[in-house]
Amino acid sequence: MNTVTEIAILVLAGFVGFQVISKIPNTLHTPLMSGTNAIHGIVLMGALIVLAQTSGVLEKALIVIAITFGTINIIGGFFVTDRMLGMFKRKEPPKTDEDEGQT
Amino acid sequence: MLIAAAVSSNVINGLYIVAFALFIFGLSGLTGPRTAVRGNKIAAVGMAIAFIATLLQPGIFHGSSTPWLIALGLVLGTAIGIPAALRVRMTAMPQMVAIFNGVGGGAVWLIAWVEYRHRFGGHYALKPEIASLIAAVIGSISFWGSNIAFGKLQELLPGRPIKLPFQSVINLGLLLVCLGSLIALASGVHSQALFIGGILAAAAILGNMVVLPIGGADMPVVISLLNAFTGLSAAITGIALNNTALIVAGMIVGASGTILTNLMAKAMNRSVPAIVAGGFGGATVTPTGREGAAAGTVRSTTPQDVAIQLAYANQVVIAPGYGMAVAQAQHAVRELERALEKKGVTVKFAIHPVAGRMPGHMNVLLAEADVPYDLLKEMDEINPEFPRTDVTLVIGANDVTNPAAKNEPGSPIYGMPILEVDRSGAVIVLKRSMASGFAGIDNPLFYQEKTSMLFGDAKQSVSEVTAELEAL
Repeated sequence: MNTVTEIAILVLAGFVGFQVISKIPNTLHTPLMSGTNAIHGIVLMGALIVLAQTSGVLEKALIVIAITFGTINIIGGFFVTDRMLGMFKRKEPPKTDEDEGQT
Repeated sequence: MLIAAAVSSNVINGLYIVAFALFIFGLSGLTGPRTAVRGNKIAAVGMAIAFIATLLQPGIFHGSSTPWLIALGLVLGTAIGIPAALRVRMTAMPQMVAIFNGVGGGAVWLIAWVEYRHRFGGHYALKPEIASLIAAVIGSISFWGSNIAFGKLQELLPGRPIKLPFQSVINLGLLLVCLGSLIALASGVHSQALFIGGILAAAAILGNMVVLPIGGADMPVVISLLNAFTGLSAAITGIALNNTALIVAGMIVGASGTILTNLMAKAMNRSVPAIVAGGFGGATVTPTGREGAAAGTVRSTTPQDVAIQLAYANQVVIAPGYGMAVAQAQHAVRELERALEKKGVTVKFAIHPVAGRMPGHMNVLLAEADVPYDLLKEMDEINPEFPRTDVTLVIGANDVTNPAAKNEPGSPIYGMPILEVDRSGAVIVLKRSMASGFAGIDNPLFYQEKTSMLFGDAKQSVSEVTAELEAL
């Protein structure tokens, strides 16, 4: 792929990102941040691609660390976001008086 | 063979496109709490597809140890990521996001370093080389800056600004070292030492230098900025590696971080460069001198009096701040809100955009405590309500309620939009002591006639008020 195409993709992705994310309300900004933490875990793919070209213990060790980092981002990011969003969702239906742990 | 490779590359690109569509669709689910959980899952599916597509790439398993090393990294990452995600307390979310930003930036500079070593001395096309060098600089700044932010939020490092003399000159110098090394390396100097010293190390020191002088109150801006940096560095890595998945996903994160950074900076009425150049509470701590003379008297109150005041109110607004997070008082606050509603009092929550240590920090804590989110009002929505409010309860918030921001041009926070709690009938401030906020600025609100202070741990104070209220 040539540079111009890549820059075009970069710019367009930026615009789409701006459009989508500017509609997200303040209430959900923390989950948004942890969700984007998960999405920049995409660097895992970069680490996978580079690994096959490496030689020597040092390079391989560095890339294994990078793979670990990327995986932490993806797995940790999506899990913690899910946990947080569950807290926002839970309290829609039960507006009744089922006071847990307060008898 | 060639045909097989071509087909395969089409399949891979096709899968990448599906993955982006799912990222964007998933994120647009975050526009409302109702669709957000599903949105997050959709984005996760997108990530899984991107992962599979990458593994389909020809030659990805080249080398006998490669599959095992991939597995090792994945297992380690999962073993660290899952417990961290499941155990972290909601009050510790800012640290969690900071360290996750750092980890992403770390992966970027590691990849760039290996790329450089691998191409070292060989033919490295200019475009990927420049992209890789830029990614290394931004990734390294993000990694070290995030680690410092984590250290501050986790209280491993002092939260107050740590500043060197000539800080901005040093920072500028470091940036120039990075740029100079980048140009030298790109123009054909082959030096491993220059890469490590001039790119990775200089950017690492810069990352430290930029975040160390930043005070706790500026953290929401810094975390957002580091988020943007990590995303951008991932996108540039994508250009270096010719990988559209990295470009698109990284850029979306970059856009998100940029939007949040601007929102936070606007909510503090400060420019991003001013915040990066150094925090509040630096040299000029003589702002409220005149006001201070008139100040003097602070009225202290008791949980019992507060309960009575609240019980006879029609509308009570609760304005939480970082102090509520520190005291883990969100559940106690929820109990108080329920007790008040049982007495027929309308309760609303006033959420300042920069209350806490990251965007949306208060919302997450209150959501954890089960406070219905329609009670959470943003600043613009709640400010007109204060004249109609009988009592405002300020729990661990300080600077975001400071009237000096409105009427004291000399104040360092002058011009910052605030929650206008001083326009309500009465104000009760829950506070540990009379120490000033993170910004180190005196708050005239505390000395106003309508204000009374309830000193003590926020969680305990709120519980005591609730108990008194229920006994009435």
